Amino acid sequence: MMKVIGKSHQKLDGKERVSGKSIYGHDIELPNMLHGSILRAKYPCAEITSIDTSKALALEGVECVITADDIDVNNIGYKRDHPILKKGTVNCNRDEIAAVAARTKEIADKAIQLIEVKYKIKEGVYDPFEALKESAPRINEFGKGAEQFGNKNRAESFHYEHGDLAEQKAKSKVIIKKTYELPRVTHACMATSNITAEYNNFDGRLTLWSSTQVPFLYQRDIAHALKMEPSKIRVIQPIIGGGFGSKLDMLPFEPICALLAIKSGKPVQILYSREEEFLASPTRQPMTIELSSGADEKGKFTFREAKIIMDNGAYTSWGATTPFVMMQTYSSLYQVPACYFQADAIYTNNPFAGSFRGYGNPQATFSIESNIDLMAEELGMDKREIRLINANYKGEITGQGLHFKTCGALPALEKVIQESNYDQIMTAPNTGRYRKGVGLGSMLHVGGGAKIYRSDGCGTSLKIDDYGYLTIITGSNEIGQGSETVLAMIAMEELGVPMEKIKVINTDTDVKPWDVGVHASRTSFVAGNSLLGAIKLIKEKLNKKAADLLQIKTATFEYQNGEMLFNEHQIKIDKVVREMHFASPHELCLVNYFYEPPSRFQDKEFKGDVSGNYAFASQVIEVEVDTVTGNVQVLNVHVSEDVGRVLNPIGLQGQIEGGLATGIGYALTEEMIYEKGVLKNPNFHGYKMLTSTDMPPIHFYPIETYDEAGPYGSKGAGEAPLIPTAAAIANAVSNALGVRFYSLPITAEKVLRALSEKKLETRNSKHETNKI
Amino acid sequence: MQITFKINGETISQEIKSSLLLIDLIRDVLRLKGTKPGCLEGECGACSVIVNGAAINSCMYLAINVDGKEVTTIEGLGNGENPLDRVQEKMLEHGAVQCGFCTSGMVMTTKAYSDKCTAEGVTPTREEVKKSLEGNLCRCTGYAKIIDAAEAVYK
Repeated sequence: MMKVIGKSHQKLDGKERVSGKSIYGHDIELPNMLHGSILRAKYPCAEITSIDTSKALALEGVECVITADDIDVNNIGYKRDHPILKKGTVNCNRDEIAAVAARTKEIADKAIQLIEVKYKIKEGVYDPFEALKESAPRINEFGKGAEQFGNKNRAESFHYEHGDLAEQKAKSKVIIKKTYELPRVTHACMATSNITAEYNNFDGRLTLWSSTQVPFLYQRDIAHALKMEPSKIRVIQPIIGGGFGSKLDMLPFEPICALLAIKSGKPVQILYSREEEFLASPTRQPMTIELSSGADEKGKFTFREAKIIMDNGAYTSWGATTPFVMMQTYSSLYQVPACYFQADAIYTNNPFAGSFRGYGNPQATFSIESNIDLMAEELGMDKREIRLINANYKGEITGQGLHFKTCGALPALEKVIQESNYDQIMTAPNTGRYRKGVGLGSMLHVGGGAKIYRSDGCGTSLKIDDYGYLTIITGSNEIGQGSETVLAMIAMEELGVPMEKIKVINTDTDVKPWDVGVHASRTSFVAGNSLLGAIKLIKEKLNKKAADLLQIKTATFEYQNGEMLFNEHQIKIDKVVREMHFASPHELCLVNYFYEPPSRFQDKEFKGDVSGNYAFASQVIEVEVDTVTGNVQVLNVHVSEDVGRVLNPIGLQGQIEGGLATGIGYALTEEMIYEKGVLKNPNFHGYKMLTSTDMPPIHFYPIETYDEAGPYGSKGAGEAPLIPTAAAIANAVSNALGVRFYSLPITAEKVLRALSEKKLETRNSKHETNKI
Repeated sequence: MQITFKINGETISQEIKSSLLLIDLIRDVLRLKGTKPGCLEGECGACSVIVNGAAINSCMYLAINVDGKEVTTIEGLGNGENPLDRVQEKMLEHGAVQCGFCTSGMVMTTKAYSDKCTAEGVTPTREEVKKSLEGNLCRCTGYAKIIDAAEAVYK
């Protein structure tokens, strides 16, 4: 019986956060600190013919100005195709050309405007299909597409297949082939991007106060960029005002800030404005997905064939690797006998995408779940039934080699179907101005980390001091998601130490042990297991010492309220620690543990059990569409997720609700509108995030499958809630109107256009409109 | 020019440029960092503070206009020296805080609204509570727990 796990606990540092005391990157002030500002390209595609910084340098208060000619650096990005400061060619509207450090932000911004850049404007390529043509110019001069992938503008390419595609096609009673268009959306973290850098000239050490999600990979990346030794770079994370994947890639502004600090000899801070955040922070991958999928006469799925073209933008970020996750969805969401998957990231003169909560999975799931509805319609099957008979199951090893040792796919589907108003809406008359509809969507995502980097592990150091306080030094990071609260809860559960006696130290690469970072919904899973390993070691130490002190042979003590209990014996933990410390042989109560998940690297064909476990979820979403205004209102969201086990209910619920808000925005309102590489809505007025009045009631039903790989049986849960949301909403809108939408977001404008075309068509023909 | 105003109960006289924004007075001059700069264009509400009982976006408000007025920032509520305000307590209890960058603004908006409702002797409906928070954006929580917390202030 658990005392702590499974019961709601407030955020560990909630009191600081709710009283304005938490220190975010924007709040840091160092002595003599300068403020940095970056000059970006005026045109998305041009040749720079000259840069004159003399007027900026002459401005009072300006301490240094840098351009590409002033720095000795390596390219960044995982394909190393991205110069930190650009010379010669500019490839997108974000391109950094020069940077200034000045005594105030106002002076820095003014100096930037005084830098004179002359351009020769070129015609850019903004459509990846155009970029693939032989006649298109080579967009990124560092791209290796010609050698590696047979086309100069192909930045990355993933291929996967399993099963006998031809045989499965022949077996199919129905084959649906559709093309889906996914928009560019952005994280819109409430805190804009920020960094503060300080360089110590005496020992060549660089300290960065950075909101990275992956401090140890970041340390390595920034060291490579700056040609420094990684160990000379100390990364300190202030409180982070939102991540959602946006802080997985190191971006040019970060080494730029370091370079300004190195050159000026003073600390430098760069804070993005909100406009800059829209223009120059990562986005989700826009893509075109052509999906063909089939089912036999009973509705059993036969195959999926996906061909995907992603708009890579001008440089390659981690975003180009989202097919790694998408292929798992195509190969293994529901039972799929055969799968063919090809995804290519194509250079264009658009801004580059990055990683975003869900990592390609919302896009893939949108196409799959839309096709499933279409197959059911053609087969005359119930849309619930077709999903239920194809659901993943416990013990399944998928065509890709994912092994579902536990699987809540079917229970999740059954739960949302049962709890929602599915039947009532389906059977109610659907006439008049307001039309109700209901839609289903399911998802599969990694739940136990993902073996992508050479290690997917996490280290923990644990110490108990002479007064019985516990310090957890963890490699993992808190970005608001609540993982450090979960770690404290695990320690409370196992060691009987109250929360007010627990400190979590997790912000400093000079102090904390290694961890790969916050991504892949992995933190509670990996850091939780790592902490449990460390707790086992510290208990062995305490048990041995306490047994010695109590003069009993060996004992496995119970830990409660700061005490260790065994039969009639009891002794305070702090007393045991002091005896350990002050009596011979003088030891500290200190242990280290490193946890590496049991997951395996996939082979060259991307086959293998890539995660410690897998999360499943289903959503039923009820909508009402106003056929006069085109507005889609979400009435209810029913979401059921296999989380393995609920650790902190209030924290989990927060992840679900927050994810859904982003998912609903993706489905209905959010889109970065570009015209020839130039963003037209770089502000909250034009970029429509949901507000408090847009949120529907959310009904959450956790499914507990107790997967033995996770801490207490839990699975990663952070990304799942937004993955099937757009799919379920699109299916619901289609159900309400009898018109299908093949692109997101489903705006009022699109709805009205579709309705007007539908009226015309019912008069003229029965041709189904694609690509609305 | 010289302005005199009350902030978090303390009277201050300050020489300022007439173009100074209230958020910059609060964060850069008075160094009260709890008020957050989310967009500096009046769209996100992260910088909300209370001026004479009303929540306003301090990024859209000239500092000279607080002359003779009373300003409350997040530091004026529970801050470790004073116990937490009821609004802050409810935000914590209901799990309304994730990254926390919007939280100061959410708390100040809710505080102004609940003080007004209490003074008028009315208990707002859930829809009215939602409406009162419409000017404050949050990317982490999906608002549900913030709305729950703001509603619980009246219970």
